[in-house]
Amino acid sequence: MRILVCVKRVPLTGGKIVLTEDAQAIETRHLGFTISPHEECGVEEAVRLVEAHGGESVVLTIGPPETVEQLRDAMALGIDRALHLVSDGEEWDPQATASAIVDAIRADEVTNGPFDLVFFGNESADTGNYQVGIRVAFALGRPVATGLKGVSLDGESVRCEQEVSGGRDVYVLPLPAVVTVLEGLNLPRYPSVPAKLRAQRKPVETSSPARPAARLEKVELEVPEGQGKEAAILGHGPEAAPAVVELLRQIGVA
Amino acid sequence: MVIVYVEERGELTQQTLAFARGLGEPLHAFVAGEPVPISGVEVLHVAEGDAFFAHAPAAIAQGLVELVDRLSPSAVVAAGTARGNEVLAHVAAKLDLPFAANCTNAEAGEPFLVTRVRWGGSLLEEAKMHAPVKVVTVQPHSVAAEEEAGGDPTIERFTPALSDGDLVVRVSERVAAAAGGVSLAEAKVVVSCGRGAGSPEGFGIIEELAGLLGGAVGCSRAVTMAGWRPHTDQVGQTGTKIAPDIYIACGISGATQHMAGCKGAKAILAVNTDPEAPILASADYAVIGDLHEVVPAISAELRKARA
Repeated sequence: MRILVCVKRVPLTGGKIVLTEDAQAIETRHLGFTISPHEECGVEEAVRLVEAHGGESVVLTIGPPETVEQLRDAMALGIDRALHLVSDGEEWDPQATASAIVDAIRADEVTNGPFDLVFFGNESADTGNYQVGIRVAFALGRPVATGLKGVSLDGESVRCEQEVSGGRDVYVLPLPAVVTVLEGLNLPRYPSVPAKLRAQRKPVETSSPARPAARLEKVELEVPEGQGKEAAILGHGPEAAPAVVELLRQIGVA
Repeated sequence: MVIVYVEERGELTQQTLAFARGLGEPLHAFVAGEPVPISGVEVLHVAEGDAFFAHAPAAIAQGLVELVDRLSPSAVVAAGTARGNEVLAHVAAKLDLPFAANCTNAEAGEPFLVTRVRWGGSLLEEAKMHAPVKVVTVQPHSVAAEEEAGGDPTIERFTPALSDGDLVVRVSERVAAAAGGVSLAEAKVVVSCGRGAGSPEGFGIIEELAGLLGGAVGCSRAVTMAGWRPHTDQVGQTGTKIAPDIYIACGISGATQHMAGCKGAKAILAVNTDPEAPILASADYAVIGDLHEVVPAISAELRKARA
């Protein structure tokens, strides 16, 4: 069993998003970074599948040199090795991203054979483009199920569960396949200190693909209006309870 | 001409039609399987065939691709739902076109400009699309719905030529959800708590208040990541998007990831010890205090009022 997980480095935005002066990016000088949440569950699921069925798990990212931090995080959770497509730090549009990932998958598969499963997050936390996994699957000629909260292997197929209104829809895909997952698929483990140390020694293979011109071209970013409200203070401490109940009554819920 | 992919009749479809009409061209609609009652479009194209008895995203996309090849529309538009985004991403992949998901606005012309949401709505992006056919979905509830009006469309049925690959991914089974309490997404009242609950047991007072108000219990991402509550209770960008009459957020700081999930609340009441907490910039009402004292006091006051 060979499993690939594609992840994206995103900032931990905290309570308020602040943009750079040219409105091209989020000001991240004072922010930490993380693996985008849906993908963190993809990492955990890949590790669990390899623990259960044997084989190899690989993590892939496109990002500036610092993104190696997220690759180490994934390897601390149990991923075996990493592929880092080192970028110039500019944003890659979804088509460029998918195309670079397809090239990297093909190159790895020439040497090591096909990935039985490729995991993506359903959408990244930051740009939310909802398409890279589908584009990669199409280019590779593999089936793809999206927005999954359940992934289980059954011989040569993968059972995929998608939450819908009233229950879960089930898809059964033949392997090799591509899946895009959602947070809630599992509860990712906390890495142990020895696991973090081991991750430092795991192999990271780098390449530097060229960035094609964007066909979905960002012009600028804007923080929407709506923040900066002044909350009406109903009171301090438990003495505020009658005012709260009065409010609930006015709204018609008490 | 603009082609609108319609999943079902309803509010989101009327919003999507309003968005598409703004592009200033005649509208056609596309459905897979059975015709959907729809007005305000000239032609309703219906893809027929066994493939469409269950959701099959690549097959539906192939139906749209055939229409695009035949009719050369300037744009293909759908609602920015899970399935709208999925199907249009397939269309864009098949036609090697860019795709802009969850747009709040579009300005037809050269260049074709869109405004789309990032970070679940906490940030907006203006972008140019470089493509002969613009593939876009519409951010739900960002555009006013248009009235159902106008004559019935001409119905044109066709059977798309599908490849084996288009048929591999389709719903094979629907597992019904276990009947439970009040659904978080549909609750009129949501009472939620963050790490300030202190422990899984700390949610007892939150459950009590939610129960008294006939509401649902929510929580922050930190709480689910700690394993205190199931992910189904999580309010936020990567959790459940809620739209209650009132959202009572206790010990929730107001991270953008969380606030992206409760934008739809008609009113927000924050209970927080910190008068500088970011959530106070998004809340309508606030009680400054320790949730462990304030929440039981509200429950007691409710009981007293009902006694």
